[in-house]
Amino acid sequence: MSTATETIAGLVRKEYKYGFVTDVETESAPPGLNEDIVRFISAKKREPEFLLEWRLRAYRHWLTMREPNWAHVHYPPIDYQDSVYYSAPKQKGDGPRSLEEVDPKLLETYEKLGIPLKERARLAGVAVDAVFDSVSVGTTFKKQLAEKGIIFCSFSEAVQEHPALVRKYLGTVVPYTDNFFAALNSAVFSDGSFCFIPKGVRCPMELSTYFRINAANTGQFERTLIVAEEGASVSYLEGCTAPMRDEHQLHAAVVELIALDQAQIKYSTVQNWYPGDAEGRGGIYNFVTKRGLCKGKHSKISWTQVETGSAITWKYPSCILLGDHSTGEFYSVAVTNNYQQADTGTKMVHVGRNTRSTIVSKGISAGRGQNCYRGLVKVQKSAAHARNFSQCDSLLLGDRCGAHTFPYLEVRNATARVEHEASTSKIGEDQIFYCNQRGLATQDAVTLIVNGFCKEVLRELPMEFAVEAQKLLGVSLEGSVG
Amino acid sequence: MKQAILEIQDLTAGVEGKPILKGINLRIYPGEVHAIMGPNGSGKSTLAAVLAGRDGYEITAGRVAYLGRDLLELAPEDRAREGLFLAFQYPVEIPGVNSTYFLKAALNEIRKHRGQPELDAMEFLTLVKDKIQLLELNEDLLRRSVNEGFSGGEKKRNEVFQMAVLEPRLAVLDETDSGLDIDALKIVSNGVNKLRRPDNAQLVITHYQRLLDYIIPDYVHVLADGRIVRTGDRKLALELEEKGYDWLLKPASAAAGTGGPAAGAAQGG
Ligand SMILES: Nc1ncnc2c1ncn2[C@@H]1O[C@H](COP(=O)(O)OP(=O)(O)OP(=O)(O)O)[C@@H](O)[C@H]1O
Ligand SMILES: [Mg+2]
Repeated sequence: MSTATETIAGLVRKEYKYGFVTDVETESAPPGLNEDIVRFISAKKREPEFLLEWRLRAYRHWLTMREPNWAHVHYPPIDYQDSVYYSAPKQKGDGPRSLEEVDPKLLETYEKLGIPLKERARLAGVAVDAVFDSVSVGTTFKKQLAEKGIIFCSFSEAVQEHPALVRKYLGTVVPYTDNFFAALNSAVFSDGSFCFIPKGVRCPMELSTYFRINAANTGQFERTLIVAEEGASVSYLEGCTAPMRDEHQLHAAVVELIALDQAQIKYSTVQNWYPGDAEGRGGIYNFVTKRGLCKGKHSKISWTQVETGSAITWKYPSCILLGDHSTGEFYSVAVTNNYQQADTGTKMVHVGRNTRSTIVSKGISAGRGQNCYRGLVKVQKSAAHARNFSQCDSLLLGDRCGAHTFPYLEVRNATARVEHEASTSKIGEDQIFYCNQRGLATQDAVTLIVNGFCKEVLRELPMEFAVEAQKLLGVSLEGSVG
Repeated sequence: MKQAILEIQDLTAGVEGKPILKGINLRIYPGEVHAIMGPNGSGKSTLAAVLAGRDGYEITAGRVAYLGRDLLELAPEDRAREGLFLAFQYPVEIPGVNSTYFLKAALNEIRKHRGQPELDAMEFLTLVKDKIQLLELNEDLLRRSVNEGFSGGEKKRNEVFQMAVLEPRLAVLDETDSGLDIDALKIVSNGVNKLRRPDNAQLVITHYQRLLDYIIPDYVHVLADGRIVRTGDRKLALELEEKGYDWLLKPASAAAGTGGPAAGAAQGG
């Protein structure tokens, strides 16, 4: 092996700049999981009876399930009795009535994360729901959105203010029986965001939720539900970070999207949970179930994800294309550096006629990272003239990392057209040297090549976030070459 | 006396313990054009790679001064920013990276290094317009990924186009003529000549005397088995065309270890 190959493989500790801890007094449940904890969480949130019942059914079902082991990821067994299932910053009295009353320490935390919540400093054109451990800290631009009939609030608030809507849609796309982590989430979810875009309304700004894990040994189990009625459209973005800790922390979220006739939902994620250190200590276990239902005719759901964080990522944002002429899209960039492992992909289930789906997956592995694409394209008998195009590309930096592709295909209708393309390439020393010779430093060259590799996905992100995502990719791979 | 742009002294270098360059001496002054010729595998591209700072080559002895500084101390990107340019024998494809974007990034790195303001997309396009004309470059290439799917000749022309935009102090052209058709050879050579200035220099590696009809060198060096075995003017190229290299190789091995007919001396200076 030449020295150049060694430097490409050589890793330097990378910086995770969101790793700080906020010192706030918290109110937590005791560690462990049982029916009492489920009741405790539900009582804390003053939930109606139907929701407690639903949680308990989910919990009892979870007890009968086993953790899945088919993913291409390896980790020591998780002791579910070890984790804390509820942790929230202590509130004085009734809690803040507006964002201006929120604990300054929390506002400062979000400011530091680049998400100013205060009126004056807010990001223009982006409404933010800020979730801190188990609760929502506050939501911006609520009033302006309400004028259009749009509901954007924390899940807890939706349960209080709009119980009928929650009851109508909760669990209709991801039932609690769906999988082990979805059942767990259904039993103990603590907060998340709720969006409802009424008939014919185009949401005038980006909606976004920023998830922050702060407390130690605490799992985060959020639940997001987005409903777009007939002809409505919305673009939603989630971001996530966590402090650097030596222990692994569990994050098991559920996201449900429902699009009625002609409705469009664009859901973008920039996932930057703490990935663990260069030796593989610590980091978030990210087990997430995300699914969208294209219920109506000509509806469209589009997932875009940039996954740079977490020690383990297990997620498959999927689309069920029920309505005729509905469209599902999945654009993904997943980066694994050091000892990170990702098993991610999508399921496109074609049920309606003339349904279309597009899958573009870009996996980048560096260090000893393992990156796996797992995707299912299923065309049911009813789905005449369904079409799918899938493209899965892998990029390797160095020779101790791995890329794996598992495309599954089930086609039950002969009129379907399904195309799959895959490629694996390596950032070569000669490419780096060529860039160096033109004056570009190695790190900039890697960022340039990686961004070029991902550009079909990055251009799907809302403008405001595409630049951030590009920088993040650069930072995530810092030290992976040279 | 003028300061040399490049001064190589007794340079020996190799790969994985295998010696390739076995004592190179060469001095290049501002305004000069030097040609290096020599059999396949004699070490021409290795010399270019060592000058540009490619990883994987061990420098076992010797010194290289570039504009009075120790070149071998500098990182490859710093050499480039200091005005050392290598036109690659085999230009590298970089899929997904737009050619214009790439070249703008390169130029801005160099400008930053010189303390000049960076150019935005519009300013950059204005600046490259002349250079596109100079090399009669197919503008379509600039909209594509760097070198991806370019024909052999297009790649070579693109290298010289980059050179025209980056305006180096020392350009090393490694077999830029190979792969060019007759018309392209004239255009590219003309481009290289137009880039000649009293304060810069060119080191042209070639196998063919014909290139030297267009790019007129001040000196021609013959590199054989890691040594410069002969230095002359452009007539030496014609002589090589006629007689091949054989007549030069024998004295080279005979002179091995004694320093040989080193080039630097022949140039005076
Ligand atoms: N990275 C390397 N690893 C092993 N051997 C190398 C390496 N680079 C060069 N060599 C060897 O060094 C010798 C000189 O190679 P070099 O490419 O410099 O020759 P050249 O004079 O440019 O030849 P050509 O005219 O064919 O381009 C050759 O024998 C080549 O195989
Ligand atoms: Mg060569």
